[in-house]
Amino acid sequence: MSASSAFSDEKGGSASEPEYGHDPASGGIFSSDYKRHDDLKEMLDSNKDSLKLEAMKRIVAMIARGKNASDLFPAVVKNVACKNIEDPNQLIRASALRVLSSIRVTIIVPIMMLAIKEAASDMSPYVRKTAAHAIPKLHSLDPEQKDQLIEVIEKLLADKTTLVAGSVVMAFEEVCPDRIDLIHKNYRKLCNLLIDVEEWGQVVIINMLTRYARTQFLNPNVNESLLEESSEKAFYASDDEEDEDKKAEVTTLEKRKPYVMDPDHRLLLRNTKPLLQSRNAAVVMAVAQLYFHLAPKAEVGIIAKALGMFEPYLKSFYIRSTDPTQIKILKLEVLTNLANEANISTILREFQTYIKSMDKDFVAASIQAIGRCATNIGEVRDTCLNGLVQLLSNRDELVVAESVVVIKKLLQMQPEQHSDIIKHMAKLIDNIQVPMARASILWLIGEYCEHVPKIAPDVLRKMAKSFTNEEDIVKLQIINLAAKLYLTNSKQTKLLTQYVLNLAKYDQNYDIRDRARFIRQLIVPTDKSGALNKYAKKLFLALKPAPVLESPFKDRDHFQLGSLSHLLNAKAAGYQELPDWPESAPDPSVRNVEIPDWSKCSSRKDRKEKKVEKPFYSDSEGESGPTESADSGNCGESSASGSDESGSGSESEESREETESEEEEEDEEEEKKKRKKLDKTKAKKQAEESAERCAIHTIHQIRTIAPSGSIKMYELLHRITGEGLAVEYCFSRQPFSPDPNMVAVQIQFTNNTNSETKNLHIEDPRLQSGMRIREFAEIDVLAAGESVTVVMGIDFCDSTQAANFQLCTHTRKFFVSIQPPVGELMTPTFLTENNFKKEQGKLMGMNEILEKLTLGEKCVNEHVIVERVTATANLSRVPCGSDKEFAGKTVSSGCLVLVTVTTKEGGGAQLTVNCEKMVIGTMLVKDILQALSQ
Amino acid sequence: MIHSLFLINNAGDLFLEKHWKSVISRSVCDYFFEAREKAVEPDNVPPVIRTPHHYLINIYREKIFFVSVIQTEVPPLFVIEFLHRVAETFQDYFGECSETTIKDNVVIVYELLEEMLDNGFPLATESNILKELIRPPTILRSMVNTITGSSNVGETLPTGQLSNIPWRRAGVKYTNNEAYFDVVEEIDAILDKSGTTVFAEIQGVIDACVKLSGMPDLTLSFMNPRLLDDVSFHPCVRYKRWESERVISFIPPDGNFQLMSYHISAQNLVAIPIYVKQNISFFETGSSGRLDIAVGPKQTMGKTVECLVVTVHMPKVVLSANLSATQGTYNYDPVTKILLWDIGKLNPQKLPNLKGSLSLQSGAPKPEENPSLNIDLKIQQLAISGLKVNRLDMYGEKYKPFKGVKYVTKAGKFQQRLSEWLLVHTEV
Repeated sequence: MSASSAFSDEKGGSASEPEYGHDPASGGIFSSDYKRHDDLKEMLDSNKDSLKLEAMKRIVAMIARGKNASDLFPAVVKNVACKNIEDPNQLIRASALRVLSSIRVTIIVPIMMLAIKEAASDMSPYVRKTAAHAIPKLHSLDPEQKDQLIEVIEKLLADKTTLVAGSVVMAFEEVCPDRIDLIHKNYRKLCNLLIDVEEWGQVVIINMLTRYARTQFLNPNVNESLLEESSEKAFYASDDEEDEDKKAEVTTLEKRKPYVMDPDHRLLLRNTKPLLQSRNAAVVMAVAQLYFHLAPKAEVGIIAKALGMFEPYLKSFYIRSTDPTQIKILKLEVLTNLANEANISTILREFQTYIKSMDKDFVAASIQAIGRCATNIGEVRDTCLNGLVQLLSNRDELVVAESVVVIKKLLQMQPEQHSDIIKHMAKLIDNIQVPMARASILWLIGEYCEHVPKIAPDVLRKMAKSFTNEEDIVKLQIINLAAKLYLTNSKQTKLLTQYVLNLAKYDQNYDIRDRARFIRQLIVPTDKSGALNKYAKKLFLALKPAPVLESPFKDRDHFQLGSLSHLLNAKAAGYQELPDWPESAPDPSVRNVEIPDWSKCSSRKDRKEKKVEKPFYSDSEGESGPTESADSGNCGESSASGSDESGSGSESEESREETESEEEEEDEEEEKKKRKKLDKTKAKKQAEESAERCAIHTIHQIRTIAPSGSIKMYELLHRITGEGLAVEYCFSRQPFSPDPNMVAVQIQFTNNTNSETKNLHIEDPRLQSGMRIREFAEIDVLAAGESVTVVMGIDFCDSTQAANFQLCTHTRKFFVSIQPPVGELMTPTFLTENNFKKEQGKLMGMNEILEKLTLGEKCVNEHVIVERVTATANLSRVPCGSDKEFAGKTVSSGCLVLVTVTTKEGGGAQLTVNCEKMVIGTMLVKDILQALSQ
Repeated sequence: MIHSLFLINNAGDLFLEKHWKSVISRSVCDYFFEAREKAVEPDNVPPVIRTPHHYLINIYREKIFFVSVIQTEVPPLFVIEFLHRVAETFQDYFGECSETTIKDNVVIVYELLEEMLDNGFPLATESNILKELIRPPTILRSMVNTITGSSNVGETLPTGQLSNIPWRRAGVKYTNNEAYFDVVEEIDAILDKSGTTVFAEIQGVIDACVKLSGMPDLTLSFMNPRLLDDVSFHPCVRYKRWESERVISFIPPDGNFQLMSYHISAQNLVAIPIYVKQNISFFETGSSGRLDIAVGPKQTMGKTVECLVVTVHMPKVVLSANLSATQGTYNYDPVTKILLWDIGKLNPQKLPNLKGSLSLQSGAPKPEENPSLNIDLKIQQLAISGLKVNRLDMYGEKYKPFKGVKYVTKAGKFQQRLSEWLLVHTEV
C-alpha cells in the first residue's frame, strides 16, 4: 500500500473530518503496525544512503507529530547513533544526530550528550550545525545538562564557518543568554561573518550583538545630550532614556572626557549596515533596531530610508481604504507623530478624507488623531475644533460620539472662548445615545456651567427625568453636574439635586450609591458634615489641568525594538532585557584574539588570504576546522609556552627534540643513532636550555612510557622523483614539545646528488581545515651525500586525513603528503589497572567495539601480542594487568583510547577498544585485528 | 522558536497541523477564530494574537491563514517572514498555494515542513536545497509512486546544503543555456477626486529564470542605475559591487528566483498611465444615485494599456446598480458591495464609459461615507520608471547563453479617492 493511496482511502473513509494533522500523512507507513517498524529497522540497516536517510526522516516526522517512537528506540540508537554517526557521509551523520536528538526520552540523555559532543568537533560544518541545533533540544529534555552544554556552545561559538554561526548563537540565546562572557573572544569574528550567514541566523546574531554592545560599549550619544536640548527628542524617545541622558550628562560634565567610539562598536555598526539591503524584512528590522539602540543619533538616519520613518517620507504613510485596519492605525500614528507646524495643513487635509472612510474604527482613530494634532500644535487648534464641531452633525453616531470626547478634551484648554460650542453640545444631549459622549457633554456643562448659566439647569432637569434609564458612567456625571450646579446656582437647582441624589441613593450600582452619599455629605451643610463643607466649591470647581492626548503606542520603548514584547507591550517569556549603557566601558581587551603566528599555523594564513580576496563568499572550503577553538587556543597556547623561547628562534626546535630524546629510555638506541646524524651546531646552548624546560614540561604533562619495537619508515619523496633528493619520514612517537597537540613527524633528507641542495623548506600546505602544521626550520644547505633529520609537528585533528604540502629546494618544488596510520594519532598514557577499569566503565555502549579474532600463527606468546599491538598503535601497556591492556589518548583532543586483548585457548581472542571517538575506535580495531591475525 | 503551525481556510476549517516540538492542542486556535470573527475582513485579523500561554502569529495568503504558535520571545517579523517563505515554497512546488494543492500533496507538505524547521528554528529554506532533498511532484512521478510505493525523497544527497553557495546546487547541466529577466514595476498611487496625484511611488522587482550549466557568475548592469532607490537583494548578490559600481554581480540560484526588489520614491515624478473621470452622487430623496465613470490614457509612453479593471467599493446602503458599459462587462455584488468593471484593452480612439443609476435601501439617509475606486492595469514592454537593463555578462563558464529581458508595468495599490473636503480649512 503506497503512501498516497493510503491517504486517499482514509480521506474517502472518514467523511466526518479528515484529520490530516493527527494521523500523519503517509498513513500506511506510520501505522502502529510493528511490521512497519520492522521496515524502518531494515531500512536503517541497509547499505544505501538514501534508504537510511528516508527511514530517519520518517522517524523524525513521527516524533515531530508526537507519535510514540519508543519501540524504535533500540533500532535507532543501534543503527543510527552507533553506525551512522560515524558514517563517512556528513549528511547521514547530521541526519542521525537530528533523529537522535528528536527522541524525547530521558534515558538517552547521556548518549545524546556524547553524540552532540562528538558532532561538535566533526569535520563537517553541516554536522556541527546540526549539533548546535541539538543543544536546545537536549537542554529542554534535561536542564541539568546545562553546564556541559555550555561547554559545547563555547566550543561551537569559536567555529569559523558561517553555516554554524547562526545556529550556535540560537542555542546560546536559548540555553545561556546571560553568559555574555562567552561572546568576547568571538565578537569580531561574528561581526565579520555576519554578512554571509543565512538570513535567519543573521536576525538572531544581530539581536544578540545588540544586547552585547549595550553591556560593553559607551553610549555614543553622551556628548550630544550636552549640546542638544532635550527638545529634540528621538521619535520614540522615552522618559527613561531622558533620565539616562541626564545621568550621563552629569557624568560627562564631571569627567569632561571626550567620547571616542570603541573600534569594535564601529565594526558592528559598519558590518550590519549592508544588511539593510536584505530581502528579508526581519533582517532589515534587526539592523534598524540595532542602529536605533546603538548608533550615534546622527547615524540613525540611515535606517529611515529602509523603514521610511521620517518626514520626507510623509506621503508614504497616506492611507488607502484597502489597507488592513492595523496598518491604518499604525500609519495614522506615524502621521500624527510627524505632524508639525510646517506640514500640519497637508496632514489635516489628509485626515479629513479618512473621516469619510467606511471603516468606523478607523474613523474614530482619525478623530482622535486630529485631537492630538490640535493639542500638540496650538496654531491649528481652532481649525481642528471647528472641523470637529462640524462632525457633530454627522449622521453616524459613532463619529459624533468620538468627536464629543475629543472636543471635550480640547475645550478644557480654553473654555472661555468656546461657550458657543458648549451650548451646541448641550443641545446634542437630546440626540446622542453613546454613553461616553453623553458623559463627556455632561461633564463639560458641569465644569463650565458659569459660561452657560441658563442652559445648565435645564440640562440637569432633563437628566433628572431620564436618570434611571442612563448608563452608569452617565449617572455618575449627572450626579457630578448636580453637585456643581448646587454649589454655583443652588437657588434654581437645589430641589433637582436632591431629587437626583435620592434616585442615586437607591440605585442598583453601589458605586453610584456611594458617590451620592459622599456628595450629599460634602455639599449639603448639616451639623455633622464638618469642615470639608467649606471647601466643597474649591473641591469641585478647582481648575483642572488640560489633559494630554497621548499616543496609544506610548510606554513601550523600554523593550527592544522589533521584539514580540515590544509589539505587545508586555514581557514575553524568554525576553532578554536590553541593558543600559555602562557608566564606564569594560575592558575592551577581552575581545582581543591572539593572532596566530601564520608561519606556524599556515593553514590559517591560507584561509585569511582567501578572505581578503573574496570577502563576500567568505568560507570557501566545504569542510573546515571542527574545533577552531582548539585551533586558536592551541596556537595561543603554543605561542604562550613558546614565548620565552622565541628568542632562541625556531631553529632550536629540532635540536630540542633531539636533546629530549636523549633523556628517554634506553631501548631507543636505534633512533639515537639516526639522530646522531643531526646537525648539532646551531644554537646549541640555547637549545639545551629550552629543551630542559620542555622536557620537564613534558614529563609533568604526560608521563611518557616509550613504546618498544622498531619504527616504520615511510617514503615521502623517492630519490628518482626527487631528482636525487630522497625524503623519508616516520612517526617518532615522541611528544612534540612546541605543541603537545601535534604529532611529531621525523623527516630525513638525503642528498644523493653531487651538488649541494639549498633552502629546504615547506610551502603552501593544503590541509583539511582545522589541521595545522608546524614547519621545521629551513635547512640552509645540505651537502652532497649528506643526510639530515628534522622534526615537524602536524595536528591531524584526530583524523587520518592526509596533510599535503610542497617540499621546496632552491630549484624545485615537490608535492608531497603525509597520511598517518590511526595508531600514530595517539600517545601513551599511564593508567593503573583500577583506573583503566574505571575509565573503561565510562566508555561503554556505543563507545565500545568488540571483535572476536583468531590469532595469527606467530602470535604465540604474550610478548609477541604486546609487541604487535604497540607497533600498530602508540599505546602503553597497563602494568600488572591481568589481561593485555593498553592505554593512550589521542594527540589532538586528548580522548582516551583503551585496548584490551583477551586470549582464549586454541588461538581464539577477543579485542575490545573503548574510545569516545568512534571513528578512531573503528579504525584502530581494524588495524590491530590485522596485526594480530597475520 | 516556532512551536507549531496550523493551516486554516477562509471558512474556518483547520485542515493541516504540524508540530516541531510537543503537540499543542488545536484548541489554541479558538483564540484565533475569535479574532477572525471580530475582524470581519480576513485582512484585518491582527498578525499577533496573545493567548494565556501562547502567542499566535499569522499571515493570510491565498485564502489560507498560516497560524504559527510561539511560546517565547522572538521577533514577530522573523516568524512572519518564515511563514511567507513556507507559502512561497508551496507555490514553487505545486504551482499554486491553495488548500486543494496542499491537501493533494500532503506527504510532500509534511516532508517540506520537516526540513524547513528543526526544533522550531529554520534549517533549509533555500528552494535549491529543498528540491534536492524532496523532489517536486510531477504527474509521472506521482503515478509511479502510487504504484511502487516509493516516495519523493531524493535519491541524491543535497550537496548544496554544505556548500558556501547554499542557493545553488552543484553539477547543473542544460542543453539550452538560458537566462531571462522580468522587470516588473507596480505603481502605488493615491489620486484625489480630480485625478491629481496625492502620492505615487513605484515598487519594482526583477524576477529571474536562470537555467545555466555549471557555476556561472553573472553581472547585470543598468543604463540608469541611479533611478533605483532603496534596493534589496537576493542573498546571492554581492552588496559591495553594488555599492561601488552599481552593478548586480551574482552567482544565480538554479531556476526561478527574485533577484532584487527596489523602490522609486515619490520624490521622482511618477508617470500615471491613465485618468479616470467619475461622478458618483446620491440624491437626498428617492433612495437612488447616479454613477458615471470614464477612463482614458494619460502617460502611456505609446504603449497599450491592457487588463484594465475598475473596482468601486460602494457604501453599504447601495442595493443594486443598473448601468451600461460601452466596453467590457460590469458586475455589482450586493453582498460585498463591490462594483467591478472589467474593461480589458484600452482603445484610445473609443474611450470606455460606464453609466447608469444606483438604487439604495429605501428610507435610508444619503450615505455619508465615500466610495473609493481602485484601478488595475497592465502595460507590456514598459517599465514606467524608465529603468533599462544595459547588459548581462557571464563569467566562469565558456558557453554562450541565451539572454532575454522583459518589462511589465502593473497597477499596484492604485486608488482614486472620491471624497470632498470636509473641513473649512485655513492655511497656516
